[in-house]
Amino acid sequence: MRGRLTFTAGCVLVAAVLLVAAVSLVWLPYDPSDTTGGRLAPPGGEHLLGTDKLGRDLLTQLMVGARIALTVGIGSVLVGGLIGVTAGLLAGFATRWLDDVLSAALDIVIAFPTLLLAMLVVAAREASLGSAVLAIGLAMSGVVARLTRVLVKQVLTQDYITASRTSGTSWPRVVAEHVLPNIAPTLLVNLALQLGLAVLAEAALSYLGLGPPPPNASWGRLLQEAQATVLTAPTGAIAPGVLLVVLVVGVNLVADGLRDLADPTRRRSR
Amino acid sequence: MARYLLRRTAFLLGSLLAAAGLLFVLLRLLPGDPANALLSVGATPEQIAAARHQIGSDLPLPEQFWSWLAGLARLDLGTSFVSRLPVGPEIAARLVVTVPLTLLAFTLAVVVAVPVGFVAAWRSDRWYGLLLNGVSQLGIAVPVFWIGMLLVTVFALRLRVLPAGGFPRDDWADPARALTSLALPVVTIALVMSASLVRYVRSATLDVLGSDYLRTARALGSSFAGAMWRHGLRNAAVPVISILGIELATTFLGAVVVESVFTLPGLGTMLVEGIAEHDYPVIQGVLVVSTFAVLVIGFGADLAQRLVDPRLRAHVGGGRP
Repeated sequence: MRGRLTFTAGCVLVAAVLLVAAVSLVWLPYDPSDTTGGRLAPPGGEHLLGTDKLGRDLLTQLMVGARIALTVGIGSVLVGGLIGVTAGLLAGFATRWLDDVLSAALDIVIAFPTLLLAMLVVAAREASLGSAVLAIGLAMSGVVARLTRVLVKQVLTQDYITASRTSGTSWPRVVAEHVLPNIAPTLLVNLALQLGLAVLAEAALSYLGLGPPPPNASWGRLLQEAQATVLTAPTGAIAPGVLLVVLVVGVNLVADGLRDLADPTRRRSR
Repeated sequence: MARYLLRRTAFLLGSLLAAAGLLFVLLRLLPGDPANALLSVGATPEQIAAARHQIGSDLPLPEQFWSWLAGLARLDLGTSFVSRLPVGPEIAARLVVTVPLTLLAFTLAVVVAVPVGFVAAWRSDRWYGLLLNGVSQLGIAVPVFWIGMLLVTVFALRLRVLPAGGFPRDDWADPARALTSLALPVVTIALVMSASLVRYVRSATLDVLGSDYLRTARALGSSFAGAMWRHGLRNAAVPVISILGIELATTFLGAVVVESVFTLPGLGTMLVEGIAEHDYPVIQGVLVVSTFAVLVIGFGADLAQRLVDPRLRAHVGGGRP
């Protein structure tokens, strides 16, 4: 059962980051803006992972960063999922010309590279937590919508839909009882993958200085700040990156595991 | 094919126009009048009005859009608020860095990923097949800028064999020097790109390896290499080519971030600077050029896919391009 193993390993990694984020809500070693620790203190002693160039405790920053990464990741998947699935359902059910218009619009939205679209939204608003969620969510909605549309079209050709319609079921009930349950597994797997991409996109935005501003410590910004002192204080340039990889690998493994568990035909072939 | 080409070209032109429109609308939603960015605090109303007139933001929106489109058609992208220089030539100067960076990184990624992905599928039950798969799984989870930081630390700061960043002022006058400064950025992007490409190549190869036609060819006496050469590669190439277009676009995007790590004077750093300085013509110009590039790459990938797969050519005029 490779699917189950993958799924469990992914869940452990994601749960670890979730736990750190949860703890950060009730307890932090230091105040995130406390700069009394001395600049670039080495790991060990009073500061378990040392301090950054402003004298802030690194462990504290990393814990707050977990919260930010998860907030932006989950928030943007909710935004992107809601917009994307709605648009995809519309296009999937639409008659020919509306479908054509919506599909062409989706192709154009998808042609905007995710990060450029996100940067555009940040330019139009300001660098904040909300901007990051909105920007990344909007940017992913095109891909989600296109996938939803294809899945809906596939389901609608099935005989059980015709049977259900012929026996007098209304369209809203068909959507709720047949379409959504049938497209949900594939959609969930894709949204999980999008969550990983969203976490990476937030890190990239923050690295470029376009992410949530302080005191929201983002792993991407921590890496950017540690870049200049990488030789004297390597922990600050390594730890946030490792955490990013742990979270994204975890989310990807959960998605892969879900896919294998949901689709019995894939279990043998892998 | 001619009819398909016509349809696809019409679709490309339509998308370019729509993308230009979308960009225009999104940028007009920016808070504040662009003219404010031109002037320091405490400008008189007359000065603001003069500035608005100078950049044309006092005209009605449809007129602004029309003059912007007309400018685009003449390759005139306006004038930067900050440097007061035309945006078009500046973008052209930046492309001298970004285009070679993208193409070199993309080529390296493909050259690495195709054999690696093939081996990962062909020997998926051996330890090295599993290892290759595991490494690619890890690779798609690593932020590209972090790889860049780590490579700089090792090769520029510790070993001191390659420059940590920057690009020669005289661009490609000394090709060896220019290539040296692009070495680390190219490897950074290629590493991350090849990780995701390996996964596509692997899954396409797995599909071919499990196919009935390959088994039939083997049963009829073809050697494994012969059957792969005659039947396997071409079939595995179809999904890979369709993904290559997207990957090339993603490489271009990777360049945007990686340029900042290595302080390369490319399109990406130009955009980041433009956003920081609220330099609207610069933001607009860079976004237009990059979106057009992505759309044209998609167009090219579609055509390439049709050349490789005769089945797509069979339904002439049918379906969406």
